[in-house]
Amino acid sequence: MTEITEVPSPFCGIGTDDLSVQVDGLALKVTANGCAVNTPAFEQAITDTRPRVDGKEVSLDVAAKKAAVLLKDTKLPVIGGCATDVNGMRALLALADRSGAVVDNMNFSAARNNLLALQDSGWMNTTLAEVKNRCDLLLVVGTDLEAFAPRFFERYIWNPDAMFVDDTANRQVIYLGKAPSGTASTSPNGRAAKVLTCNDAELPEVIAVLRALVKGRPLQADSVGGIAVAELQMIADQLKAARYSVVTWAAGALGFRQAELTVQTLSEMIKELNTTTRCSGLPLGGREGDQTANQVCGWTTGYPARTRFSRGYPEYDPYLNDANALIDSGEADALVWVHAFNAKAVPPIDHMPTIVIGRSGMAFAKEPDVFIPVGTPGIDHAGHAYRMDNVVAIRLKKLRDSGLPSTADALNAIENALREMTV
Amino acid sequence: MMIKLTGGTVYDPAAGIDGKKQDIYIQDGRIVKKPAKDVPIDKEYDLKGKVVMSGAIDMHTHIGGGKGNIARTLLPEDHRQDPVARTECTRSGCGHAMPSTFVTGYRYAEMGYTAGFEPAVLPVNARQAHMEMGDIPILDKGGYVMLGSDDYLLRMLTAKKDQKAVNDYVAWTINAAKAIGVKVVNPGGINAFKFNQRKLDLDEQNSHYGVTPRQILQTLATAVKELGVSHPLHVHGCNLGVPGNMETTLNTIEGIGGLPLHLTHIQFHSYGTEGDFKFSSGAAQIAEAVNKHKNITIDVGQILFGQTVTASGDNMRQHANHKHASPNKWVTMDIECDAGCGVVPFKYRDQNFVNALQWAIGLETFLLVDDPWRIFLTTDHPNGAPFTSYPHLIRLLMDKSFRNDMLATIHPEAQKMTTLGSIDREYTLNEIAIMTRAGAAKLIGLHDRGGLSPGNWADITVYTENADREKMFEKPDYVFKDGDLVVRDGKVIATKWGTTHVVKPDFDPSVEKGLKDYFDRYLTMKLGNFKISDDEITEDGRGSITAHPLKRLA
Ligand SMILES: [Zn+2]
Repeated sequence: MTEITEVPSPFCGIGTDDLSVQVDGLALKVTANGCAVNTPAFEQAITDTRPRVDGKEVSLDVAAKKAAVLLKDTKLPVIGGCATDVNGMRALLALADRSGAVVDNMNFSAARNNLLALQDSGWMNTTLAEVKNRCDLLLVVGTDLEAFAPRFFERYIWNPDAMFVDDTANRQVIYLGKAPSGTASTSPNGRAAKVLTCNDAELPEVIAVLRALVKGRPLQADSVGGIAVAELQMIADQLKAARYSVVTWAAGALGFRQAELTVQTLSEMIKELNTTTRCSGLPLGGREGDQTANQVCGWTTGYPARTRFSRGYPEYDPYLNDANALIDSGEADALVWVHAFNAKAVPPIDHMPTIVIGRSGMAFAKEPDVFIPVGTPGIDHAGHAYRMDNVVAIRLKKLRDSGLPSTADALNAIENALREMTV
Repeated sequence: MMIKLTGGTVYDPAAGIDGKKQDIYIQDGRIVKKPAKDVPIDKEYDLKGKVVMSGAIDMHTHIGGGKGNIARTLLPEDHRQDPVARTECTRSGCGHAMPSTFVTGYRYAEMGYTAGFEPAVLPVNARQAHMEMGDIPILDKGGYVMLGSDDYLLRMLTAKKDQKAVNDYVAWTINAAKAIGVKVVNPGGINAFKFNQRKLDLDEQNSHYGVTPRQILQTLATAVKELGVSHPLHVHGCNLGVPGNMETTLNTIEGIGGLPLHLTHIQFHSYGTEGDFKFSSGAAQIAEAVNKHKNITIDVGQILFGQTVTASGDNMRQHANHKHASPNKWVTMDIECDAGCGVVPFKYRDQNFVNALQWAIGLETFLLVDDPWRIFLTTDHPNGAPFTSYPHLIRLLMDKSFRNDMLATIHPEAQKMTTLGSIDREYTLNEIAIMTRAGAAKLIGLHDRGGLSPGNWADITVYTENADREKMFEKPDYVFKDGDLVVRDGKVIATKWGTTHVVKPDFDPSVEKGLKDYFDRYLTMKLGNFKISDDEITEDGRGSITAHPLKRLA
C-alpha cells in the first residue's frame, strides 16, 4: 500500500492538485483534500477490464478491427462525448480526420454560451491565481458556485494569504440570480454573501440593467426581475469602486435560450468597467475534459470541439454539428462515444452502430457493438487536462497499474485498423 | 544510406561560403564529409543551377501557447477563407492568419523553413506551448520563457535579493519551462496593468513594487549572461506602438551598458512624433544605434498589408490598442501572477497613413542596419503579418525596383515621410542566408543547425534561381529535414517530427525552498506539478529534447 500526494484532479475543473490518494492494488482511497466531486470519481472501482464485441470479451486488437469495420463505409460518423485527456483528444481528432467524422464535445452546448460571446466581441478575463491574490469583490452570476466546484471558496477566496488583499475575510461576495446552496461563500468572520435572486428567465434583463447602470444610463424602472434597481445600482457602484473585481458564471448554469447574449452583456460591462478600474471575467467550465476538448481541437483545426471533417477539412458550426441533433435526424450513421472520466456518462441510445471508448464500469441499457474500457487519465495513466480558466494545463499522474489502455491507445488502434483497411 | 546533392550553388555563411558550387553528402540524418571512393551513393540529386542553403530558422514566431489558441478560437471567419484538406500524408486544418498546428508545420516546410521558436512562453502556460508545438510536424522548435512581470521576480527585486538569487530563479524557470532563452515583455508593465497602471516608461515605477522597467531589464540581461545562456535577453520593450517610443528604445540600448540584448519587433518601437500626423519614422536613429552597439541584435517585425491578428503578452498595450480591433472583437487576460496576454485582430491598410508608414519603417530598418548577423527577418508572426508572407518580404529586400513600385502605391503622405525610395541597398542571397539561417542559429545557440558543414544536421533547402525572389523563395525544389526529403516542388511529400531545443542552466537547488513556500501560499498549483518533466515532451514517441551547451563564462 502506498500513498501518493499532490495528486491533481481532472474531475472538478478547478485544478485541485493537493489530494492524497492511498493506493492498495487497484483500490484507491482519497485520504486528504477530497470533495463531493473528486472523492467518488477517484474511488470508483474497476469492473470491466476487457474489450467486448457484441457483448463477448475480445482482445483490444479484435475490438479495434471490428470498430474499423463499422466505421469503414459510413457517410457521417459522429464522435461524441470527447471527454478525455490531451493525448486522447489528439488520437480522437486523427481518427475523425481519417474517417470524415463530426466531433462534438458533450458539454458543447453549455460552452457555446461562452464561445459565441467570445467569437462575436471578445472579453477580458482572469485566472485563478489572480483571483486568489487580487480579487476584492466577487460577483457570482446565475450560478450555484459551490455546487459546481465545492472547494472554490476555500482555495481561492478565503485563502489565508493573498499578496494584494490585506484581509481576505473582507472580500465582498455577491450572488446575482441564483442563491448559493450552502455556506461556503460565508466569510471566515461570519459575514454571509449578499444574495439577490431572480428567475433564470429574468436574468438577461437584470444583467442588462446592471450594465446600463455601470454605464450611467438613465432608467425608468424601479425594479427588474423582482430586484430593486437601487440594489443593482449599489452593485454597479461597488464594481466601480473595487480595485480588482471578478465576475464569474458557469456557462452551463445559464439555462435559458440565447444565454450567449447575457455572457456578452457581462463581458461588455467588464470592458466598460476597465476604462477606470480593473475588473475581469472568470467563465467556469472545464469539468471532465471539456476545455481540453476545445483546446486541442482549437490548435488542431482552428475551431472549438463541434467541428466536422466530412468534406476532408474541418468545418465548425456550433448548431448544425450537434451530435444529438445529427443522431435524432438520422444523418449520423455511426457513433463513437468517448468518455474516459465518468462511467455514468453513457452514449445516447440509438439503433446505429455504436462504439464506446469508456471508463470501466459503464452500464449500458443497450450493449454497444464495441466497448473498449479505458483507463482514466490521472488514475490509470499520466496525461494532461485543462483547468477551467483555460490557461493552466495540469499534469495528471498515473496512480496504479491497471493494464487498461488509454483513450489514445484505443483510438490509435482503431485508426490504424482503418488505415490498413483502406489502403 | 548515403545521399549526394550534386553541383548546387551553396550559400553557407556559417562556413563562409558565398555562392560556391559544392557537393553535399548526407548520412544518418547528418551532413558528412565526402565519403571514400568505394562507398556507394544510394541516392543522388542533381542540383546544377540550383541554390542550396541550410533550412531556414524563424527565431521569433508565435506558434505555440495560449494566446495563439485564443486567436484561433476568436477568428472562425478567417479560417473559413483558407480551409486545408487532408492528403495521403498530411492532416487537415486551416491556414491564413493563425494556422492550425499541422498546417503551420507544412507551410513553414514548404517555404524551406525547418525550425521555429516561440518567443512568449509563459512559465505557467509552458505546458500548452510545448503541447501545441508538439503537434507541429517537420519543424524543430523551442521557446523563450517570459519573465519580468511575474510577482515572484518583482518581490525579489523589492526585497533587494542579490543577482545570484535572481540567476538561480531564472535558471530554475528555464528548466521548469523547458526553454532555450528568456524573454521580457513590456518589463513590469503587464504586472502594472493589474494595478490599473495604463503605461509604464523605462524609468517609471510599478505602483506596488516601486520597481522600474530599467531595473528589470538590467537584472534579467545580467542573469541571462551570467548563466551562460547563448540567446541574449529577448526584449519586447516598453511603449509598443506609441508615437515617440524611439526615445525609449534608444534609451534602452544606451542604458544597458554593453550587456547583450535582443530587441524584438523593433519596427513597433521605432516611432517619432514629427509631421502633420505626429507620427514619423525613427528607423534611421534606431539603425544608427544598432550599428554602433555591437551587443545589440534585433528582429524587425515587418508589417505587410492585409488582415491578421495580433497576439501578445503585452496586455497593457493590447488593451490600449483595442479600439483599432478589426473586426471589432478582442481579448485580454491577466494570468496567474505570472503574466498576461492580449489578442486583437488587425487589418493593416496601405491607404492608412500610420500603417503605410509602419511598413516603410520596417523596410528602412532592414536596409539601414549594416550587419546581417545582427538583424533577423520576422513579421512577428502573426502580429505584423502571417509567416507565409516571408517570400514577399524577401523580394522587397532584394529587389529595389519592386520595392519602389510598392512604395508608390501606399498612402501619399506616408511616402513623403520615408526615405525608403532613396535607399539603394538590395540584400544578397548570402545576406538572406545569414539572416534566416546562420545568424539565427548563432543567436539562439543551436550548435549543429543553420550550417552545411559536416557534422551539422541535414536540414537543407534547395531553390531554383529566379529573378523574382518571391517566386523563388515560396517554392523550394527540395527540403530535407534531418536528411529526409519532406518537400518536393513546394509541397510536403512526407512528414516527421522535429526536436525541441532547450538549455539547462545550473541553479542552486535551494532556490526551491522559497519557491515552494510561495507556490503553497499564493499560487494555485504545487511546485512539483508546475515543473515540466522531459517525458511530457517525449512520452508519445514523437517528441525529443535537444539540450544545447551553455557559453563558457570568461
Ligand atoms: Zn512576438
